[in-house]
Amino acid sequence: MIRVTALRCGYGHAGGWREALHGVDLRLARGEMVGLLGPNGSGKTTLLSALAGLVPVKAGGIEVGGADISRLSPRQRALRVSCVPQRAEVAPGFSVRELVLMGRFAHTGLLSGYGPEDHAAAEAALGDVHALDLAERQAAELSGGELQRVLLARALAQGRELLLLDEAASALDMARRVEAYDLLAALHESGSTILSAMHDLNLAALYCPRLVFLKRGRIALDGPTTEIFTESNLKDIYETDIRVAAHPVTGAPQALLVPGARAAALG
Amino acid sequence: MTTGARDSRAQGRDLRTRVLWISVICAASLASGIVACGLGSFPSTPAQTLIALLQALGLGAGQSVDPALSVVVVDIRLARVALAWLTGASLAVAGCVFQGVLRNPLADAFTLGVSGGAAFGASVAILSGLGSGLAGGTFLAAMGGGAGILPVFALAGALLALAAVLALGRAGGGADGGLRRETLVLAGIVVSTFLSALISLLKSLDEESVASIVFWIMGSFQGRGFEHVRLALPYMAVGLGLVAWRARELDLLSLGESQARMLGLDAGRSRLWLLVGASLLSGAAVAVSGVIGFVGLVVPHLLRQVVGAGHRTLLPASAFLGGLLLLWSDVLARSILPGGAELPVGVVTALLGGPFFCLLLGRSARLGRGA
Repeated sequence: MIRVTALRCGYGHAGGWREALHGVDLRLARGEMVGLLGPNGSGKTTLLSALAGLVPVKAGGIEVGGADISRLSPRQRALRVSCVPQRAEVAPGFSVRELVLMGRFAHTGLLSGYGPEDHAAAEAALGDVHALDLAERQAAELSGGELQRVLLARALAQGRELLLLDEAASALDMARRVEAYDLLAALHESGSTILSAMHDLNLAALYCPRLVFLKRGRIALDGPTTEIFTESNLKDIYETDIRVAAHPVTGAPQALLVPGARAAALG
Repeated sequence: MTTGARDSRAQGRDLRTRVLWISVICAASLASGIVACGLGSFPSTPAQTLIALLQALGLGAGQSVDPALSVVVVDIRLARVALAWLTGASLAVAGCVFQGVLRNPLADAFTLGVSGGAAFGASVAILSGLGSGLAGGTFLAAMGGGAGILPVFALAGALLALAAVLALGRAGGGADGGLRRETLVLAGIVVSTFLSALISLLKSLDEESVASIVFWIMGSFQGRGFEHVRLALPYMAVGLGLVAWRARELDLLSLGESQARMLGLDAGRSRLWLLVGASLLSGAAVAVSGVIGFVGLVVPHLLRQVVGAGHRTLLPASAFLGGLLLLWSDVLARSILPGGAELPVGVVTALLGGPFFCLLLGRSARLGRGA
């Protein structure tokens, strides 16, 4: 589904060029649900942005569903890849329904507007995230959790085959996180391929069968959660003492922090 | 905000309410056009005006109306009313586009210096003697000569001013190279003021009276006729078409470039075409009326409160309310002074729009502080 080969990319700014990814290789099979983890600034957002075609690729290649994304038009790309952005700004004055309908943009022609099919897809997506009651509300006035659900609905209206999520649950409280990831797990069950950048290690270990850890713009670890979610691996990546215990209900590995460990690590 | 208030505002944007608002604005626009054709030193009742207008279209032959009144209403006032309406509609739609594309509530043709650029372009065309029938060198003489080249120069001036303001705004923007709201407007004011001074200088060199310069910089419909409608209409139609065609893209752009691209929009190309469309609208408006401020700023803002931010309804609603507003501003401008003297219509719109702009600036500053 996704094939990233020796990917280098970054951002140009006034002072020159800052490379954020220094040669990343990643394969995702159709129907996988993968958690993308790593410390702040490790390149998670850049990798997702590159996959969505938002960041120019300096070297290497990205294929999505067998097509080189740099050769696709923005419209064709949007038909293959749906994104849930991190902390999206929403201009005031749009209703939730209008915002979700915008997910259908790539499905419409330049001359035609949103048709009955598009309205039906938006409605179905709102139903899937249990947000039909929000449809007439102002998107800019939603709470963080509500907006995140609506943005997920917009991505679902756009397409369900491949979903990229950037810290989609970070702004949510515990109950909303479980709700959001239960929903993603259900989408995964129904065949969607999901790549989700996350901060919450435990949420990732609970829901994602496979984890990819980035560190300083490179892939540090990539494998089944049960194999790579170990104390020594986490300690190497986050540079602090982390203990791993089994989840009392599911048995999934869960990370526990040790107070004072960071001070000890820094000497 | 209370839940009740939020609910009622949410309901305020539901489809039926929107349709109702748009119908009301359209109806008011049309009715105002008829009433305004009857107002002036030779007044007529709306009924008489309507009959005169219908007769001009070859309808209502059975009714009788004073032929002199018919001449005043159809040949003199109708052209002026139509031009004021078209100009107001163009400026309001252009304002909508500038605000959406630049994601800046303070953006419009006037604050961005686009109108100033267009006026400068038009002045250059007049003074350099380009185009046909520019004898006398005055603006009105040029207009009377049907100088078809004028809107082209106005458009070029508008685009150049826009490019200059965007470059200035970017240079003074944040570390990320983004455009800051206040910086952009500041750049617009700098460019605008500079161009106004240049226009005054050019026109003084041409021994034009200060009074006529003021009318040019503050905008006026005095002495305008159907030839001006014919001059501006093609440009306005093309601009309007460009913008209307991309109304949904404007929705996406107002969410910001990264979301727009995620959703499948070629943001760069879309933004370019929309800005060209808005510049066409502003350039054509300025070429026939001079610089009229605040219409493009006030109208979209008022309407977002009642019809929402979706541009497929906001754009047509803005056109009708913009036309309505400028039509009445022109009626005020030609009737407020005693003895048949006229105010520049830009004075009226500035008197109405200035306080509104301050209100907006205050609100925008609060938003900028994250309050």
